[in-house]
Formats: sequence, C-alpha cells, structure tokens
Amino acid sequence: MIEQFDAIVVGAGMSGNAAAYTLASQGLKVLQLERGEYPGSKNVQGAIMYANMLEKIIPDFRDDAPLERHLVEQRLWVMDDTSHTGIHYRSDDFNEAKPNRYTIIRAQFDKWFSRKVREAGATVLCETTATELVRDGNGKVIGVRTDRAGGVVFANVVVLAEGVSGLLGTRAGLREMPKPETVAIAVKEMHFLPEEVIGQRFGVKGDEGCVIEAVGTISRSMAGLGFLYTNKESISLGIGCLVSDFAATMESPSALLDAMKNHPSIRPLIAGSEVKEYAAHLIPEGGYRAIPQLFGDGWVIVGDAAQLNNAIHREGSNLAMTSGRVAAEAIIKVKSRNGPMTKANLALYKTMLDDSFVIKDLKKYKDMPALLHTNSSNFFDSYPRLMSHAAQTFMRVDGTPKIEKEKNTTAAFINARSRWGLVSDAVRLALAWR
Amino acid sequence: MTIAVTKVRVEDKLYQNRYLVDSGRPHIIVRPHDKPSANLLALTYVCPAKCYELNDKGQVEITADGCMECGTCRILCEKGGDIEWNYPRGGFGVLFKFG
Repeated sequence: MIEQFDAIVVGAGMSGNAAAYTLASQGLKVLQLERGEYPGSKNVQGAIMYANMLEKIIPDFRDDAPLERHLVEQRLWVMDDTSHTGIHYRSDDFNEAKPNRYTIIRAQFDKWFSRKVREAGATVLCETTATELVRDGNGKVIGVRTDRAGGVVFANVVVLAEGVSGLLGTRAGLREMPKPETVAIAVKEMHFLPEEVIGQRFGVKGDEGCVIEAVGTISRSMAGLGFLYTNKESISLGIGCLVSDFAATMESPSALLDAMKNHPSIRPLIAGSEVKEYAAHLIPEGGYRAIPQLFGDGWVIVGDAAQLNNAIHREGSNLAMTSGRVAAEAIIKVKSRNGPMTKANLALYKTMLDDSFVIKDLKKYKDMPALLHTNSSNFFDSYPRLMSHAAQTFMRVDGTPKIEKEKNTTAAFINARSRWGLVSDAVRLALAWR
Repeated sequence: MTIAVTKVRVEDKLYQNRYLVDSGRPHIIVRPHDKPSANLLALTYVCPAKCYELNDKGQVEITADGCMECGTCRILCEKGGDIEWNYPRGGFGVLFKFG
C-alpha cells in the first residue's frame, strides 16, 4: 500500500522543523525525513537564536526550550596580530522578561524543537537519507526516494529544508550548487569552563551572556569572521572564511582556529578550558543574488538550501525558521482552497516571503558579498593594521608632538591604500550598505 | 609575529567527536587521476578534517572516516569531476553532541 502525505519535509534543522511544526499543527499529514541519528546530530551553528521568529511559531517556547544565556552585551573587535580595537554595546534593558536573543546548543535545541514537531502530529523518520526527488510524467515532484529498502514516499508537496549542501535540489537541477565564493567554511570548538569562570571573565552574572565577534588579521586577508559566544558552561569559539579564499590561500581552517585561540586578546578568555567537540559547517554567504528559484511544481525550498542567510548581520537561523513557517503557511492556504500544489499556486510562498524581513534585508545588502569577496585584503588586513597602529600611536606618550602623530597616521593610511583607494572603498562600502 | 601557535593535530581534535563509520562504504570517492587539479590539491589544506592527503606518487587520497560532512570538498571539486560526493547512509557518519 502506498502511503500518501500532504507534505514531506526533508531535513530537521531550523527551517525544516519550523515548516513541519506549522504544517502539522494545522492538521496536515506530514512526514519529516532526517539523516541523523536524532534531530540535531548533523546540525551545526554558532549559535545565537532570535526569540521573535520562534515566538511566531511556538509563542511559549521559553517554558521548556533548552536556552543557554540571554545576551546583554555585544562586542565587535577589529584585530591585528597583538591587539584589538573594540566597540562594545551593553544594556540592562536586555534583562527583560522576554529576552530578545539567546545562545543555544543546536543538538539540544533541535531535539526539543523536534519533540514539538512530533507533538504537533508529524511523523519524524530519523536515520534516513533522502537521495532523490521522484517526479511524475509532467515533471511535477510527487515524492522522495530514500536510502531505506523500498524507500519511496509520496506527498502533494516536498519542502526542501536540506541545508546549504543538500543533495536533492542540486541533483534535480532545481538549484545550482553554491559557488566557492558564495559559501564560507566555518570551524568551531566547544570550550568548557565552570559557569562562574565564564561569568567572571565576561563580566556577566546568572543567565546573562556576552558575544564577541572579531574581524581582522585573524582571517589572514581572507573575507571572514571569528566569534566567541558564551553558553552556560561553555564557549562556542569559531572562525569562518569564504571557501574561494581558502582555496586560493591554501590555509587550513583548523590552523586558523588554533591561531585565533592563541591571540593575546582571546587566549585569557578560554584559558584552562576543556575542548569537547570540533565541528565544521558551510555558511551561505551569497546573499540576495544567490537565492535560487524558491518554488515549483510540487516543491518549495527554505532555509540555508535557499541561501537565506544575512551574513552582514550574522542572522541565519531566524531567516530559516521564518522561511519554513512562511512556506508552510502558503501550503496551508493553497490546500485550504483545495488548490493543487502547482508552481502557480506555490508562487504564494515567494510573494509572502518577499513581503517579510527575510527578502527585504537580503535585498538591502545585495552588493555586499561581492564587495567583501573582491576587496578582502583591504578590509580584513590593511585597515585593521592601520586602525591598530593609529590607536597605539594616539595612546603612547613618547614626546612626539600630537600634530606629527596625526600627520604620520594620515600618511600611513594614504601609503597603504592611496587617497583614491580610501575614497573609493568608503564610497563602495556606503553604497553596498545603503 | 609574537603569537606562539600551539599546534593541535586535527586528528586529536576529531578524537573528541562521535562517529558511526559505515565500514567499507566510504561516502566520498576521489576519482583516479595522474595529477591533481588545483582545487583537489587545495583540499589537502582546506578540508577542516584533513581527510585529503597526498600520497608518494603525488596523487590525492581520501580517508573519509573523520569527515564532518561540511561539504567544502563538494563545493570545490564535485563539478569538475575530481570527486564523487554523497552523504553517508542514514544514521552513519558524524554525530554532533553539541553542534
């Protein structure tokens, strides 16, 4: 007997769980496939979770979701080899009844989210790799082939929540493989320390948390970002750079991470910690211009698989959750008016997503990925070094007249980048940011 | 440079991770070649799990047991035909405790 589902969701990450939960809670018959032993066992993120986007799916998530710390302080560090210049923002306003941002540990969070999906009525099948989309004679997607014996399952619509390197969409030609210049490879370690030690080192108490994001010479002229996120009893520490830059420089991601851990600004924060996991993951960085076709006959694409990641603001899982929810809402609308899951009907998903912050934000920064890709040595090496040198010159009191110091600093910037280069970088950055 | 870089071998890092290896069924295969392409050669540095290594004949070989399934090699080498790439069978491969 062939079992027919209303929807098959491929993947149990943020977007897949959001879609499966939304569909199942509206009474649709949902099958969710996950290749990991349990939901979360294949998923890697920094990880910061934004409450607002989860609240729209599970309003009372704070009652039982595994959350680490809510964030009260954010630091941005521009680094050279021995220093950092920082902007810190801290506010007691973030100690609100319903905090805005939390650090999470994905393996634990995804297990919780998946439990909610099952409680909403979806069938979740783990240890099952989806290998191919099944289509009818007209090319409409009607199901998914899996690596289980006799493993073909059928549905009216397939939600591709298979992540940045998902097999199905790329194999079926629904989306291109990401290019080396539109994805970053990030590596991360989990550094365990007692809760009180983390509190002391980062100046936080109780469940308060602090985030440090770092750019500069730690990425060795590649376009990249390092991060330290405080969890309850651990620090997530990682760095990611564009795959194209890694291939060109032949740097090793793990060596880059080790060098970052040895930076004099970072070393004391993790001193004495016990590392319990080393992970790697691709991050979609292509932005608006890399978004594939999002819907077709019998299918929609959500989350990382759709390149929905805002690299400039380091927002990914909230775009994933939102696209999963919106896709599900579009499917529910089509079904409620007894419409078939055709390309024309599923276009509603794109209309709804275009109207959300997801596409609006990505559109705002559509020129940013290309700018950073082509200009990485200036933004990630020259400028950080110049900035550090200027700060140090300013702070060191050595009998040099201030006017001379100012002249030297200006000259250093012009020498490194020329007047025209400085103006052009500033203009290009401003235009891409606008 | 005043940073003293402590070298941690990647193998030792991977030792922290949990894997269920699908013995005899590697999910990534390097196609036979005389001389590796630039991207394939780059993998001997860029693969975060150091799965790719040069043998004494100057060819690139893979041992996929420590693979973290990130997909970097797929992005660099699948299109050009250097490698054949798949996910491990359901349940097998890396199993993140934290992720």
